[in-house]
Amino acid sequence: MMNRKIALERLKMLINDEIVVATYSTASDWIEIFDRPLNFFSFGAMGLASSHGLGLALARPERKVLVLDGDGSLLMNLGTLVTISAAAPKNLIHMVWKNGSYEANGGHPVPYPQVDFAAMARAAGIASVYRANDPENFESAVRQALSIEGPTFIEVEIEQGPLGPRSYKEMYKASRRQRLHEALNA
Amino acid sequence: MGNQPDEAQEAPAHARVLTGTRVIDAIKRGGVSHVLSVPDLHTAKGLLTPIRSDPALTLIRTCKEDETFGIAAGLNYGNKRALILIQYTGFLYAMNAIRAMACEHKLPMCMMIGLLGKEPDVAPQDSAKFGVRIIEPILDILGIKRFLIDDDSCVDAISPAIEHAYSASEPVAFLIGRKPV
Repeated sequence: MMNRKIALERLKMLINDEIVVATYSTASDWIEIFDRPLNFFSFGAMGLASSHGLGLALARPERKVLVLDGDGSLLMNLGTLVTISAAAPKNLIHMVWKNGSYEANGGHPVPYPQVDFAAMARAAGIASVYRANDPENFESAVRQALSIEGPTFIEVEIEQGPLGPRSYKEMYKASRRQRLHEALNA
Repeated sequence: MGNQPDEAQEAPAHARVLTGTRVIDAIKRGGVSHVLSVPDLHTAKGLLTPIRSDPALTLIRTCKEDETFGIAAGLNYGNKRALILIQYTGFLYAMNAIRAMACEHKLPMCMMIGLLGKEPDVAPQDSAKFGVRIIEPILDILGIKRFLIDDDSCVDAISPAIEHAYSASEPVAFLIGRKPV
């Protein structure tokens, strides 16, 4: 298992003009590490980060879209794996950051922390599936995913926390969404 | 906020019909490129089947209705217009996504909601079905503009309402009262 911030620092070095959709704890860390117009912070209804990412990927097929999902979040919307598989956007990379807990909701465990998301993604019909549990194989999986046609799924095993300071008000403010819209449609 | 046209009330009941292809043409005139749907028995034959084979529309099948709102939001940020085609039960299921994206973030979520089981020529609020009766009041509480699409005389309202939803960035709901043919 690895520290989420270390992995996100690696991710920062690997991306360029990709859209990044992040949610909850991963979003808090990502905004601290790499605040940029092409970030979208999934808001309002837990579980929908991958759905936001799918919509963006379908709308802008010329850009890669990376979704930084949480395990608690994905468990609320498991059907999304089947929807993504059927829609088959070549530019979508769906990562689940797995620490076995509802970290943003007090750190309580998910019902079954050992759940095998990679196997679920394969069973849903997603052909390119990777697992990562240290910075090196994480970087390798992301490089692979960025270089091939998707959809792609990466299960990223991480440690819990520590949670840094967070402001959902700041993260979800309308000007951020406007900034993304402008960056995408300039 | 409802807009039952007077003409619809005046047409003889036996002559009233809702033609699916006319509804689909109106959706396309509204600039919609993607239809996001969980199948609904009420609209499955008259709307979803022809949409499936319409080359001008991309159909995205989802497993649950709240997904459709997330996908529509993403499409909107990428400048694509979507129609969410669901049953009223799915509308109820997706309430938290609707609360967030349609109401709080005022995104142009265009919903077409099948009122499965609504009796012909009976207003939704007078339906014997509890689930049908509560949809209009819920939309009113949410502040979502609604249009009852009960027969062909109502169809002309669809395209300008979609245009308005996107230009004003606000949600809109079309309630499919009569089963489209």
